[in-house]
Amino acid sequence: MDLLDFARGPALQVALAVFVLGTLWRLAGVLLLPRLRDLSPAREGAPAPLAGALRIIVRRMWPRPEFAQATMFMTINSWIFHVGLAVVVFGLAPHILFIRNLLGLHWPALPSNLVYGVGVVTLASLVAVLVRRLRHPVMRLLSHAGDYISWLMTALPVATGLLATAHIGARYETLLALHILSIAALLVWFPFGKLMHALLFAFSRGATGIRFSHRGVEV
Amino acid sequence: MSERILCVGDLLRQRGVSRRDFLQYTSVMASLLALPPSAAPALAEGLAKARRQAVIWLSFQECTGCIESLTRSFSPSLEDLIFDFISLDYQHALQAASGEAAEAARRQSMKDNAGKYIVVVDGSVPTADGGVYSCIAGQSNIDMLAETVADAAAVVAVGTCAAFGGLPQAHPNPTGAVSISTLVKNKPVVNIPGCPPMPQAMAGTLVHLLSFGKLPELDPLNRPRAFFGETIHDRCYRRPFYEKGMFAKSFDDEGARQGWCLYELGCKGPVTYNACASQKWNGGVSFPIQSGHGCIGCSEAGFWDRGGLYQPLSAGTTDMGKVIGIAAVAGVALGAGSAAIARKRQADYAATDKKEA
Repeated sequence: MDLLDFARGPALQVALAVFVLGTLWRLAGVLLLPRLRDLSPAREGAPAPLAGALRIIVRRMWPRPEFAQATMFMTINSWIFHVGLAVVVFGLAPHILFIRNLLGLHWPALPSNLVYGVGVVTLASLVAVLVRRLRHPVMRLLSHAGDYISWLMTALPVATGLLATAHIGARYETLLALHILSIAALLVWFPFGKLMHALLFAFSRGATGIRFSHRGVEV
Repeated sequence: MSERILCVGDLLRQRGVSRRDFLQYTSVMASLLALPPSAAPALAEGLAKARRQAVIWLSFQECTGCIESLTRSFSPSLEDLIFDFISLDYQHALQAASGEAAEAARRQSMKDNAGKYIVVVDGSVPTADGGVYSCIAGQSNIDMLAETVADAAAVVAVGTCAAFGGLPQAHPNPTGAVSISTLVKNKPVVNIPGCPPMPQAMAGTLVHLLSFGKLPELDPLNRPRAFFGETIHDRCYRRPFYEKGMFAKSFDDEGARQGWCLYELGCKGPVTYNACASQKWNGGVSFPIQSGHGCIGCSEAGFWDRGGLYQPLSAGTTDMGKVIGIAAVAGVALGAGSAAIARKRQADYAATDKKEA
């Protein structure tokens, strides 16, 4: 069994199992917790809880005007690499085929060269966010190993994917194997680090939104 | 027979092959071997002065597809090689002699050309149960290989079975089939894989050996770089469609008719090193992808066990459903357990608060 066979076979299988187990563990653990009951009546004209939740989930995707200037870099950069990651993960034909093989879901692919271009921008954006974390004294103080591992687990699949595409550094099958192994590492790390925010953000924002709307807070 | 009569140049002149034809042939060979144009005269000179090379061809666990491919190829064909450059002293499918006479011819050639002859092998070697699954003239393949390569100058493993174990080695490999390089450790082994291998690669490797007296440059899997230096995908004429994200969804859809990329239909071109896309088959007429079928990666080790032939390269090779199902149930159970513990703790706190109040 060579490296590519190992990556496409046992490595991916174990990684997916850990990903599913860990993610459902955390999701079920959070969602099955008892909800704190608010016995006060909702403020007059307050939206329904679900509407309040959805509103803040969307609204928190950009800062309030008074913070726009101070958070401009992070806002723009975050949008770039989040959208970039989505385009790369869900737009490239080989990725869609991987998902189709796994879940049976598929959709039209984007032109490969376009996805490669977006991948380069995404990687640059990820490097920029790391540089900021390292240079900003407060961010550096707040950061711990888990933050850097989460960054690495996100950046590695993008970097190895670009290297495999460009055939730089090693033979294609080796780079492809490293790319798949980096995705396996991401899947294993995902439930246990901050990357889990990809799923939990909706619930945490939604819970805040329900409380805010109940009290009539303007968001 | 004099030493002079053994020179290839003399033999060619005797057969009426003109200098012009000979140079044309060596120019083609230099091109196939990815040698610079300036190397063609050196190739011609080396080849003309070469002794007619003794070759012993052993066929083990194989389907005869390799020799069929070589004998039915266009120029440079095996016939060119046999009649012009090599003395094929032993080959089951082509030799006139049979039985004891054939084996005697093999041993005579080994004796006459000790240390100089080349052994070509097609087919893997079964090693289970003492190698009883394939025997020739009462001798197991393992023993025949060991005996024949003992005084050989080099060994050329032709076809994926000989080079990497091939189909006989596919899971569950009941005969314990192994590649030639697994058994031959003290001789240089060149692998020319493919199911079947490209005749140009076979002929080119032998011509290089004859002309320059050394093996061509090899890749990490001992394949001549001239023929196995690039992937099928690198040289595929459908590559632009891959870059544009235009893929055939079935073998009979509009995309397939328009010649779009076959990646989604399981083409293994991106991880397969061979010259099919550049040199093509049947005298340069076509190759599998041009005929509408994806590359199955036949020149790579273990190609038969690397997932389905029609499974896309980016898909996993193992059945994930059962494992993921178990993981999902376990994950939900763990989550529910965690939540239950949290609920109990919360209830205990509430009870304590009530008591204290």
